[in-house]
Amino acid sequence: MAETTNGALLDVRDLAVEFDSRGGTPARALRGIDLSIARGEIRGLVGESGSGKTVTSTCVMGLLPTPPARITAGEVLFKGRNLLALSAEERRRVRGREIAMVFQEPSRYLNPAFRIGTQITEMLELHLGMRKAEAFTRATELARLVGLGGERKVLASYPHELSGGMKQRAMIAMAICCNPSLLIADEPTTALDVTLQLQILRLILRLRESFGMGILFISHDLRLVRIVADSVSVIYAGKIIESAPREELFRSPLHPYTRLLLLSIPAARNRGARLRVIPGRVPDAQAVPAGCAFHPRCPLAEELCTRVMPESREHGLGHAAGGHAIACHFVEKKWPD
Amino acid sequence: MRFLLFVLKRLGRLLLTVLLISTIVFFVIRVIPGDPALVIAGVDASKEDLAAIRAKLGTDRPIGAQYLSWLTAVARFDFGKSLSTGQPVTRMIFERFPLTLTLALLGLAISIVLAIPLGILSAVRRWSVWDYLGMVFSQVGMAVPSFWLGILLLLLFAVKIRLFPLFGSGSIRHLVLPAVSLGFARAAVLLRLTRASMVEELSREYIVTARAKGLTERMVKYRHALKNAMLPLVTMAGIQLGYMLGGAVIIEQVFSLPGLGRLFLTGVYQRDFSLIQGGIVFIALVFSLINFAVDILYSALNPKIRMG
Amino acid sequence: MAGLIEIRDMSKRHYQRGLLSRAQGGVLAVDRVSFSIEKGSVFGLVGESGCGKTTLARALLFLDPPTSGEVLFDGTRLGGLSLRELRERRRRMQIVFQDPNSALDPKMRVRDSMEEGLRNLRVPKLERERRVRKLLELVGIPSEHASGYPHEFSGGQKQRIVVARALTMDPEFLVLDEPVSNLDVSIQAQIVNLLLDLKQELSLTYLFISHDLHLVAFLSDGIGVMYQGRLVELAPTGEIMARPVHPYTLKLFASVPGVAEGAYSAEGASGAEGASGAEGAYSAEGAGPAPGKDSPAARGCPYFASCARGDLACTRVEPRLIDIGGGHMVACIKEIASADADLAHSLEGGKR
Repeated sequence: MAETTNGALLDVRDLAVEFDSRGGTPARALRGIDLSIARGEIRGLVGESGSGKTVTSTCVMGLLPTPPARITAGEVLFKGRNLLALSAEERRRVRGREIAMVFQEPSRYLNPAFRIGTQITEMLELHLGMRKAEAFTRATELARLVGLGGERKVLASYPHELSGGMKQRAMIAMAICCNPSLLIADEPTTALDVTLQLQILRLILRLRESFGMGILFISHDLRLVRIVADSVSVIYAGKIIESAPREELFRSPLHPYTRLLLLSIPAARNRGARLRVIPGRVPDAQAVPAGCAFHPRCPLAEELCTRVMPESREHGLGHAAGGHAIACHFVEKKWPD
Repeated sequence: MRFLLFVLKRLGRLLLTVLLISTIVFFVIRVIPGDPALVIAGVDASKEDLAAIRAKLGTDRPIGAQYLSWLTAVARFDFGKSLSTGQPVTRMIFERFPLTLTLALLGLAISIVLAIPLGILSAVRRWSVWDYLGMVFSQVGMAVPSFWLGILLLLLFAVKIRLFPLFGSGSIRHLVLPAVSLGFARAAVLLRLTRASMVEELSREYIVTARAKGLTERMVKYRHALKNAMLPLVTMAGIQLGYMLGGAVIIEQVFSLPGLGRLFLTGVYQRDFSLIQGGIVFIALVFSLINFAVDILYSALNPKIRMG
Repeated sequence: MAGLIEIRDMSKRHYQRGLLSRAQGGVLAVDRVSFSIEKGSVFGLVGESGCGKTTLARALLFLDPPTSGEVLFDGTRLGGLSLRELRERRRRMQIVFQDPNSALDPKMRVRDSMEEGLRNLRVPKLERERRVRKLLELVGIPSEHASGYPHEFSGGQKQRIVVARALTMDPEFLVLDEPVSNLDVSIQAQIVNLLLDLKQELSLTYLFISHDLHLVAFLSDGIGVMYQGRLVELAPTGEIMARPVHPYTLKLFASVPGVAEGAYSAEGASGAEGASGAEGAYSAEGAGPAPGKDSPAARGCPYFASCARGDLACTRVEPRLIDIGGGHMVACIKEIASADADLAHSLEGGKR
């Protein structure tokens, strides 16, 4: 894992979360997550649905409903403080002010009954103690910053009056208005048209330049992550199975899951051939296979994999800025290709 | 500008409804087999009496002419004279309407005051004492017939405890017990709706955003969720008002209040044609006006609908 | 060369509710689109939301018939058919939609959903059951599961069931409208492979609609790009990926990571083309038609407002699809001029 102590904005250590299900085995949504983000770093978190990406972000935000969820282990260190040890009120003060979140579908995640401007100014008034006029000025600046033109019209609009792209920009404006140190973007472009996706990604990059905030970029789309992230963590069945600087992950993926995932993405140049497929499905959180969760689908699996869960280890020499960590027993094994 | 168009459209609908109802009233009476005059006068009326009644009703004229004069009557809000009392129907209606309206409004107010706070509390603190209280209340409220409650209240607070007058009208005190009986049952329904509406809003995604913004729970529930939850309640309140006006009839009987309900009821017993006709159109008009007001209020609250 | 599906000058006008809107003329969701699909090929349609691709698919199948233009299936004009004849043709053209949850009735068992169509055709019970079993096996669902309800299956499995259901009618042509968009990447790959296998085994022809450019490029022999109801560019896949011409196409490709990065060269593209025999697999109609009665003449180019190259001429002249060589059709008056120049060059160079 990358150096965790100095300068780490966010340091999630061995986080484990379970969900109670009525009269059944609890669902192990997270089984020991290690994740770190430095100031100004954009870390991509990649995984398929059911892998635990959203639970991770929800837990960091402190929005996990604690029944039925239970945090069974781990720490979430933000600027050195363990967020999990804070009171509900202290966590609330961190939310929005220091850690902010942008969601997937702006049409559902924006309150339809309030104007955009109000939804921004209420945060400024609450967290920064601004007065109405001051807050409004700041909101106007923010609107311009995110590309909403800075006109009064946008701030006076209701969400349904804006297009999808504009709504997402509005959400971003809301998220950054109090100058948070960490921004969590959960599939921010998935619901948008292709031509808008790139614009929003560029916006996110620009914001990182201007504000130096750390960003957790969650997505299932590896190609998008490749554009925007500095480093990538791959999550599978509640565990980070590989983590590396961006280019290294894409050029030399080590974990079988990562490799297969990359191979299963269609590209025009492969036209005519069949896609490489990962047999089976992502396991249900209530029935995570023993040992390495990926073993039933893994071409390299051996008997050891069914019993012992592999620990995340540094692979190779690693650089100073962040090594390549992988959780697999048989990293070096030759592929049966 | 668009809002104006919207209002005008709704107004048009209102007028159309009243027109339709008036037409139906007209034709129902004339289409029923049998002679309305006979119905009024009874089977053993004399020929002269029948002729006199027919002249009064105007049923001896061709149907086209009758319809036209009927429509003009509706437009001028003049329903002729009551067959039993001889007084102008319109005047009789307007004399009694204020009482019924006040009763209904009071009933609505009580209903709202009882239901909405409790409903919100139920939703916000689900499965707590308040929630159970609310559920019990709504069950009881729906099971209890309003007139039974009325009689009970009378016995308790007018006879046993002499807090309120037994009958008559003239002051607000006379209306308290009736309004409570009226409002209680309706409150039950409103409470359930409030709870359901709040629960639904609280489960929406924008609430997650509100919490993610670090807003206090108070702001999340009573500002963000509530504003959206109110919308269906407005519609329901409007419908409730309509019910109250209708349900007032029974309550008026129980409490001997000289309101509109008693008037029409008497009119039906006495086969007072003009009164009945006027009554139906009047009620239709009132309901349509309530619907109209609810529509406008709803669109004022819900920005999405404003564009008509 | 006549294709299995031929669309000529098809338009679909949507009227909003209300008497007033009807008088105003409504919205042209599909605007004079023409192309054809060769038997056994895959035609890909790309565009962003609201460009009319789904409307086109529905109009093509006469689920929501076009307001003007023609659709020919295997040489027969669908518009001129009686209801019975149309139904017969429709059996041979099926559609798979994006969301398997809304496509499958949650209250019906899977086998009943699948048998429904056959039952309507009065196919005897034993035959029905046999076909359903066979098709479920074909898509990789064990036939023991046929008595289950949709909610008992995963997203990927449900989509397979939807595909199997479409196949019960023994169609020749399948419209796939965003069939894998709701699914996870690894499941997508499974379904895509399934579609390829089925196409091979059952000699199917596909119209594949998606916003995922990579996927469309991977599957299709020819691609059409739609913008605001119009087809702005049309070409064999290799050609369009190596040499996109229309400004909108360029913008679209630039927004999709990994496309504009020069990963596609003319050589690489034609190599892949040869393998799937796609050279003549899709064909385009000739130069676009003159503006019909529906539209005011010469409205100009719909992309003008967002176009980097537009100028005043673009607002006056109606761009029509013009062949710039090799079956590559573009509707842009600016690009055709430059493409002509390029073509002249390359012809001289003997490249083609």
